[in-house]
Amino acid sequence: MARFIVRRLVGMVAVLFAVSLIVFVVFNIVPNTNPAQLLAGKNADAQLIASIEEEWGFNDSLPEQYFSMMEKVFTGELTSYKPRIPVDEQIIERIPTTLSLSIGAAIIWLAFGLVLGYLSAKRAGGWLDRLLGGVAIAGVSIPVFLLGPVLIYVFATKLEIFPNGGYVPLEEDPVEWLNHLILPWFTLAILSIGFYSRVLRSNMLDVMNEDYVRTARAKGLSESKVMRRHVLRNSLIPIITLFGLDFGATIAGTAILTEVIFSLNGVGSYAAEAVGNFELPPVMGVTLYGAFLVVFINALVDVAYAYLDPRVRLGETASA
Amino acid sequence: MATDPQPGAAAAGGGRERRGSEAGPWKLALRRFLRNRWAVAFLGLFVLIVLFVLAAPLWADHVAHTGPNRNHTLEKLKVGDEVREVVNIEGQPIGPQWFEADGKFFLGADGRLGRDEMVRLMYGGRISLLIGLSTAVITTALALVLGLLAGYYRGWVDSVIARVLDVIWSLPVLLIGIALGITLAIGGLKLGPVEIQAGSLWGPILVICIFTVPYIARPIRGEVLALTEKEFVEAAVAQGAGPLRIMFAEILPNLASTAIVFFTLTIANNMLFEAGLSFLGAGVQPPNASWGTLISDGSDLLNTQPLLAILPGVLITLTVLSLNVVGDGLRDALDPRSKVRLEAHTGMVEPKGASV
Repeated sequence: MARFIVRRLVGMVAVLFAVSLIVFVVFNIVPNTNPAQLLAGKNADAQLIASIEEEWGFNDSLPEQYFSMMEKVFTGELTSYKPRIPVDEQIIERIPTTLSLSIGAAIIWLAFGLVLGYLSAKRAGGWLDRLLGGVAIAGVSIPVFLLGPVLIYVFATKLEIFPNGGYVPLEEDPVEWLNHLILPWFTLAILSIGFYSRVLRSNMLDVMNEDYVRTARAKGLSESKVMRRHVLRNSLIPIITLFGLDFGATIAGTAILTEVIFSLNGVGSYAAEAVGNFELPPVMGVTLYGAFLVVFINALVDVAYAYLDPRVRLGETASA
Repeated sequence: MATDPQPGAAAAGGGRERRGSEAGPWKLALRRFLRNRWAVAFLGLFVLIVLFVLAAPLWADHVAHTGPNRNHTLEKLKVGDEVREVVNIEGQPIGPQWFEADGKFFLGADGRLGRDEMVRLMYGGRISLLIGLSTAVITTALALVLGLLAGYYRGWVDSVIARVLDVIWSLPVLLIGIALGITLAIGGLKLGPVEIQAGSLWGPILVICIFTVPYIARPIRGEVLALTEKEFVEAAVAQGAGPLRIMFAEILPNLASTAIVFFTLTIANNMLFEAGLSFLGAGVQPPNASWGTLISDGSDLLNTQPLLAILPGVLITLTVLSLNVVGDGLRDALDPRSKVRLEAHTGMVEPKGASV
């Protein structure tokens, strides 16, 4: 196990390095303009551009530029220039919103996905099973930028059940917090609910054919005990990996879109606002932090998987 | 992973399908596809959508009498005896007129600028589909070459390609896509002979291609690894065929059915990716519009003119859904036993366990 963790950590560090290099290339080498001008934003004056050039050392060699960029990002010196606002400050201020959204949505999709998956596997071929099969296929094709506006229009504008976007911090008013988040949670979760229920269902159907399940039945265990102790437990292992990967992908992906749609002032909205204003330092900060978070979560998931399923750490699998 | 010879293999490698000795493998696959009613119906839907966006200039010239980027802010519209403002004094655009104004502002105007939403929707769809198709072509071609090189040469070539693909695979694509998209949109690109103007369509196309390649190249590589073990490759080697001939004349035809399926699913996937990027402002740049930017423009007016945001979303969804169903149908028709899937991407996932 220790060897597996070390190997996985080395892999993680390599990917993190690659990520930082890619971000460096994206901001410093790719653009066909002076990177200082890019960072300064729209209509920047020559003085600001010159000072940024000096500050970031854009006249130095590339490795030096790389180190000065990483130093800036990871010591919290990254600022947007017009007006001068530290990027870290903004991210820290907005992170509770992003976490409220993505953790809440994850709880909903796991709870609903697993319960529905369990029920449809128990009665495979029944009406619930067939309904979920259809929903899962349709659901995959419905992007959040359709589902979000439709939910807002129906439940906020027409029926006025839920507020029309916005965010209320949990510590200010828990009821309003919940009220503002229900639509975004479901927007983010619905696609995964269908998907997870399908995955759990097919895992369970596979496990039900295993010899040890037949043995459990043969030794006289009750059907509910067989299902819960043997079938469900073994079917959940792949779900854990899937969940970890999807959770990371959600924070760095659909959650950004959902925040923008529901005007939640989270980290994703911050990046989107910055994109809209052509302000690059926030985009740089959010990209690097977000990518690091996702890579870290993925490594954690692999370790958890290896812990749960010894075949993984003994086998020669696990790529970077 | 499909290791059995596929229809393409039969054509190239001289294998034979067991039933239907008269019909060729492609004909058999076509027959199987046509028997799948859902796939045929959704193929019809996709064709309709393509016709809809192709008709954009016709509608613009003969019905709406305007272009996708023409402003009508201060204009008034005569409907019977009534005069309606395209954009009223509060900046609210006119709603759908259907055929009341002879097809002008069929779906209303798009906002303060008073542009014809129907015309924008049609032209926007052209750009969405164009980007989806072109990126799918480029990615599939690139993935085939990379997969062939890695799977055929193995050794360090394989290590390098596989590592690079792994790294791209493990990146949060939307996030880095936004970063690259916005720097290309502002700064453009100049890398040797390649030059991309700031704000051109090549920006999002490049971003999407880079981040989609691993999703096709990895499974292709796996398939090539398996195919190089087959007898027909050995036979070709024995005949003295060189690496290029083996890769492109012997192995490539066997990848045809996989590539076709991936190509279809990739169009759908890339259209979603483009819509996400454009929705956030890091994809298609004004004055061009795609369905993604239309949703973003329309969401400010969701309370008064919900169709502005919802219709482009519906069109993307229908296009993606039809391509996914057609892709599934093609997979079943070309190789009923294979299980190739396009894996998770930007959080939108193809259901692996789903079967109806």
